[in-house]
Amino acid sequence: MGPILTLLAQRIALSLLLLLMVSALIFAGTLILPGDVAQSILGQSATPEALANLRAELGLNEPAISRYFSWLSGIFHGDLGTALTSGQDIAASIGSRLSNTLFLAFWAALISVPLAIFLGLLSVRFKDRWPDKLISAVTLTSISIPEFLIGYVLMYLIAVKLGWFSSVAMINDGMSLGQKLNAIALPVMVLTLVVLAHMMRMTRAAILNVMQSAYIETAELKGLSGLDVIRKHAFPNAIAPIVNVVMLNLAYLVVGVVVIEVVFVYPGMGQYLVDHVAKRDVPVVQACGLIFAAVYIGLNMIADIVSILANPRLRHPK
Amino acid sequence: MSDPLVKVRGLKIGATVYPPGEKPHDIEIVHGVDFDLQKGKVLGLIGESGAGKSTIGLATMAYGRGGVEITGGEVWVNGRDILKTGLRDVRRLRGSEVTYVSQSAAASFNPAKKIMEQVTEAAIRHNKFNRKEAEARAVELFAKLGLPEPETIGNRYPHQVSGGQLQRCMTALALCPEPDLVVFDEPTTALDVTTQIDVLAAIKEAIRDTGVAALYITHDLAVVAQVSDHIMVLRMGDMVEYGTTDQIINSPQEEYTQALVSVRSIKHIEKDPTPEPVLSVRNITARYPGTHFDVLHDVTVDLHPGQTLAVVGESGSGKSTLARVITGLLPPSDGTIDFAGRTLSAGLGGRSREDLRELQMIYQMADTAMNPRQTVGTIIGRPLEFYFGLRGREKQKRIQELLDEIELGEGFQDRYPAELSGGQKQRVCIARALAAKPKMIICDEVTSALDPLVADGILKLLLDLQKIEDVAYLFITHDLATVRAIADSIAVMYQGKVQRYGSKTEVLSPPFDDYTDLLLSSVPEMKLGWLEEVIAHRKMESAGN
Repeated sequence: MGPILTLLAQRIALSLLLLLMVSALIFAGTLILPGDVAQSILGQSATPEALANLRAELGLNEPAISRYFSWLSGIFHGDLGTALTSGQDIAASIGSRLSNTLFLAFWAALISVPLAIFLGLLSVRFKDRWPDKLISAVTLTSISIPEFLIGYVLMYLIAVKLGWFSSVAMINDGMSLGQKLNAIALPVMVLTLVVLAHMMRMTRAAILNVMQSAYIETAELKGLSGLDVIRKHAFPNAIAPIVNVVMLNLAYLVVGVVVIEVVFVYPGMGQYLVDHVAKRDVPVVQACGLIFAAVYIGLNMIADIVSILANPRLRHPK
Repeated sequence: MSDPLVKVRGLKIGATVYPPGEKPHDIEIVHGVDFDLQKGKVLGLIGESGAGKSTIGLATMAYGRGGVEITGGEVWVNGRDILKTGLRDVRRLRGSEVTYVSQSAAASFNPAKKIMEQVTEAAIRHNKFNRKEAEARAVELFAKLGLPEPETIGNRYPHQVSGGQLQRCMTALALCPEPDLVVFDEPTTALDVTTQIDVLAAIKEAIRDTGVAALYITHDLAVVAQVSDHIMVLRMGDMVEYGTTDQIINSPQEEYTQALVSVRSIKHIEKDPTPEPVLSVRNITARYPGTHFDVLHDVTVDLHPGQTLAVVGESGSGKSTLARVITGLLPPSDGTIDFAGRTLSAGLGGRSREDLRELQMIYQMADTAMNPRQTVGTIIGRPLEFYFGLRGREKQKRIQELLDEIELGEGFQDRYPAELSGGQKQRVCIARALAAKPKMIICDEVTSALDPLVADGILKLLLDLQKIEDVAYLFITHDLATVRAIADSIAVMYQGKVQRYGSKTEVLSPPFDDYTDLLLSSVPEMKLGWLEEVIAHRKMESAGN
């Protein structure tokens, strides 16, 4: 087990390093944005004394490096700072927003990932015949239409015309799981349609690649049925590329839902971020950016780890 | 006589080809072949690449590889025509009545699953045995095939056993469901010669003990002579000759069969060493960057002008590494290389253009050694420009001279590599090496990927060119027949050391060291009963020890 542990440790260490570099980038990025935080809080009519006082209070006169490290050490202690505009603790407000976003992403993933893999397997089984072409056509169409348009079309058809689900996906802690699911049904549908094609195409391509291998011929010559050959012999060898694309899409479900949350007025991270970008609330934007980056890097790290673990040569050295 | 197990009548097989620059079209690759195979008998299918032998073997499982399709005829197995019974019945046949052993077990085992699971899969799937019975039978077969630790080897993954062991596991996989017929498709071709003999003996014994019938497909007549009862010689999708093994080996009727039997008949009398070697390798020790063991230990050999030094050894013996060291691709950790009266810089960067010109190389895979988007003229013309600055008419004239030397006529200048046969491609590579007017050419397994008759042609050409151009060859090969055909001196390599070195006669005459003896006695000879003789001899020796 020696070499595999080293490899895993390397991956994890690299991911942490990457996250650290991203945090520096986020901090630097918000520094070079035009405008002054104190000015934007106090407005144009503020007196120079008031501005100077507020700057001192916010620590804006400190050098950037020391501000970065105090920000970073705060994060390590779970302190994301306070929002400038509302004066609320960012960690507390993000907490509920993030759990809402994860709730939405979880259900979208639960439906889209198995569906994408199943459709991918089905396309391989019926390669170049009508089921394959139909699946490709539908999923590619859905990925090509902008997600807000799909959102509004579904809203019109399902919520307005059929009246099945609510067009506004407001949820709160008082709702039961059933009520919550009912509320998020439409955004989940849209997200599924958006991420399905990518994962399904990649599953199809990865398995078709494996299907060229000699051991697939061996399996066919054992008299296995087409689906058995794919399921038992092709799929286990295509896991690494499939997990990679699945993780990329899961990351998208968390990080890229801004548009969908706005369309469905869903109280998640995306809306929170958009609101505070509009208000120039730099600490909130920094915190959101860092959380998104952490999710992205974390999921890709998991993909790397799964790829390493899926390789029998690494798992069972000679 | 009872009904045959397999009865093939008028078998026609076609494929769609996609030639460069032309429309895809259908061609016929097997043109109506007939044969019978009785229960428990072994039929050898022999021929060069493109003869259709694998295709015919797979047709007994109603299977066409890639775009290959069975277009006509009948294939009767166990009393039914499997080309007419439909896919469900064919699936019942595959892996249960007929099983398959492929050339490369390493590629044919699923890397993600344990060996045992794969060996027993077909037997369980076809309800021949339950899991427990199937595993017991697999262990029994592992033991019969001489695999180490038969009880536990099934728990390993394919990459955890050696190539020769995996090939035996593949045989166990084929025998596990107690089939009536096993198709062996070049099962020992990818193995080293000392490994091949053991696997061959194991396969033969397993066939005899289980009473299974077999189709044994190979390009090596000496190998097939050891295992089969009958032999069918194929060429370009037609049957050339069919007979008992004895008749085919000892009194072949057709001209083509005679050529196959007498292949490797080149006689080359070794030349005496000259006082001044063109290449002298002194005490070379080398390892690959980032590794902790030496791939070459203290290698010392000489090559004389206009002569051939054959470096012979099995995979992993370090023979190709030696070539990399001489060319400067892998600087050695110790030792020197003198070439044409000067000491070469260890690394490629320190060598002059003259050094590079005088030391050329020809590779095993002519396919990958040429840019597929350049014409033959461009490929051969490049060294003429680069080393001699030839342009225009002069260059064209020289290219044509070189093409004449490699016995390819006019009209080849404008062709692309994809339009050439395997032998023609290798000839172009030879011309490219000669274009630089080198003092020495390193030939790395240059005939290994070629059919025997084509390889023979290449060897003859190389010998002729050596006389004309007075070029020395460092000839790397695993094939002892090739060594006999062309070498003046021989270095036998084993585990990175020169095991035996001297003139051809010295090296190939007894007394031998243990390894050279093993290597020489493992080369299949084209006579009946050779395998038994060698195995019996070895058993006696090990008993004597």
